[in-house]
Amino acid sequence: MSLLEINDLSHNFGGLRAVSDFSLEVREGELVGLIGPNGAGKTTIFNLITGVFKVGQGQIKFQGEDITRWRSHRISSAGIARTFQNIRLFKELSVLDNVRLGAYARHAYSLLDAVGRSRNFRQEEERQRQRADSLLARFNLSRYADTPARNLPYGEQRRVEMARALISGPRLLLLDEPAAGMNQSEAQELIRLILEIKEEFSLTVILIEHQMRVVQNLCQWVKVLDFGETIASGPPQEMQSHPKVLEAYLGKDGALAGEESGNVA
Amino acid sequence: MAISDKQKKLIICLGAALLLALAWLLPGAGLLNPYLVQILMYAGINMILTLSLNLVNGYMGEFSVGHAGFMGIGAYAASILTVWVLPRSWALWTFPAVLVAGGLAAAVAGLVVAFPSFRTRGDYLAIVTLAFNMIVKSVLENLEILGGPRGFLGMPRLTNLFWVVAWVLITVLVLRRLVYSNFGRGITAIREDEVAANLTGVDTRRLKLYAFLISAFFAGVAGGLFAHLLQFINPRSFSILKSTDMLVMVYLGGVSSLTGSLLGAAIFTLLMEILRPLGLWRWVVGPLLLVLLMIFRPQGIMGFREWKWLGQGPGVRGQDAMP
Repeated sequence: MSLLEINDLSHNFGGLRAVSDFSLEVREGELVGLIGPNGAGKTTIFNLITGVFKVGQGQIKFQGEDITRWRSHRISSAGIARTFQNIRLFKELSVLDNVRLGAYARHAYSLLDAVGRSRNFRQEEERQRQRADSLLARFNLSRYADTPARNLPYGEQRRVEMARALISGPRLLLLDEPAAGMNQSEAQELIRLILEIKEEFSLTVILIEHQMRVVQNLCQWVKVLDFGETIASGPPQEMQSHPKVLEAYLGKDGALAGEESGNVA
Repeated sequence: MAISDKQKKLIICLGAALLLALAWLLPGAGLLNPYLVQILMYAGINMILTLSLNLVNGYMGEFSVGHAGFMGIGAYAASILTVWVLPRSWALWTFPAVLVAGGLAAAVAGLVVAFPSFRTRGDYLAIVTLAFNMIVKSVLENLEILGGPRGFLGMPRLTNLFWVVAWVLITVLVLRRLVYSNFGRGITAIREDEVAANLTGVDTRRLKLYAFLISAFFAGVAGGLFAHLLQFINPRSFSILKSTDMLVMVYLGGVSSLTGSLLGAAIFTLLMEILRPLGLWRWVVGPLLLVLLMIFRPQGIMGFREWKWLGQGPGVRGQDAMP
């Protein structure tokens, strides 16, 4: 059964067509890549799926339900979590609070419970705190629990973001350029981490990535976008030599295609 | 010396009870100079106002500059109840309920400001709250039945130090419990990054509603206390100048800090009292203080920090959070 189904999604910024007639079907357990040159509309698609932008045209279904017009927090609670291209943590808050906020919707107590410090409040707070603690331990972040997020090194911040996304118990994880700014060995470690958490949390993953090495090692199949249009899709190995993909990255005459095909994306 | 949480709780409860008993007994027994009692009451009312504004401007990171509007609505609603609706002979007993009613009236007005906050924030929301403040003032000025610009009077002096202290304690208790809960974390997440908050499942609209409601409620209660202390209110008492005073107290004490709000209000009230001989020039001090603060110490006295008895230990917020 398909977990996520996108039909004929289009989006304009003023007169600019950022995404046009984009369709995608992701089945449970798949690891799908979304690649394309800068400005191809990849992040816009993530923003449309997660409700940051209003969908003007097209339809998005998640687990059979039409989520096209849902607000972001509801989409997140339904089981779609994401990370950002430029890390967006709650910088002044502690790492623990950052992660706990990922489980905001799972805190099952009311405002009155909180003000009255009821039993329900204390139990629920303790339960979520333990979940956060175990997730921090899983991501090797325990010793940073009380540190403000902005004081952490870059790589750790990426991991906090991932822990925050995972604590909500998502079915679908959207990763926006997780390897951005990483060197080869860091990227290698990231690949391992993504594969591990995919198994551990039985996730389905959609990945936006520029580093072809990461895409090749992770994705079962990819979709290539250029100027909002889908120009190709298939296994990552085939995409490297696909003429339209080469054209998108290297220009029409393909003069450089021969020597640089290895570095596509 | 290590103190367990249980002991700490006991000490806080005892301290609060002692404070209430003193507030009840000292002025009654004539052991406290009435002038001093007066200043203490103003300080307490200012503390409630500052705490309430800090929820919106500090913790949530929005910028409300119209909080005197909420205070005014609370003051008028409570006064109307005492003077016109409830029998005089009951006044002493209905006073707490009157204050709550004033707070609720202000909370309804809080809704009016919360809805625009769904769509705008920052400078634009500041303008909305400014407009709200002006509307409240003009409406009050033009309602002849409420005395128009001449004001409204006839309230007995029901506010005493006991009630002021009690409401300061209630405000601190409620806000502290709110701040150190899932809702409080959500509210600070709005300040840090609203889009990311939405995407991690935080229902930001609902939280803004809660924050404005609670904040307006306490501002309204403070208004009621103020009205029954002065026994006379007029629309000018709730102008943008009053809102500016509240801003000064919040930023002097420090944003996102309960301790800071208490300190800011106490220091500002005292300062204004000491500067009374300056006459009109006194009103230059507040705004000037705000300018100097923004330049030299934008985080105020206690910005983002908490006295450890009011905070909640490590794990809620890094202790080294301020640079």
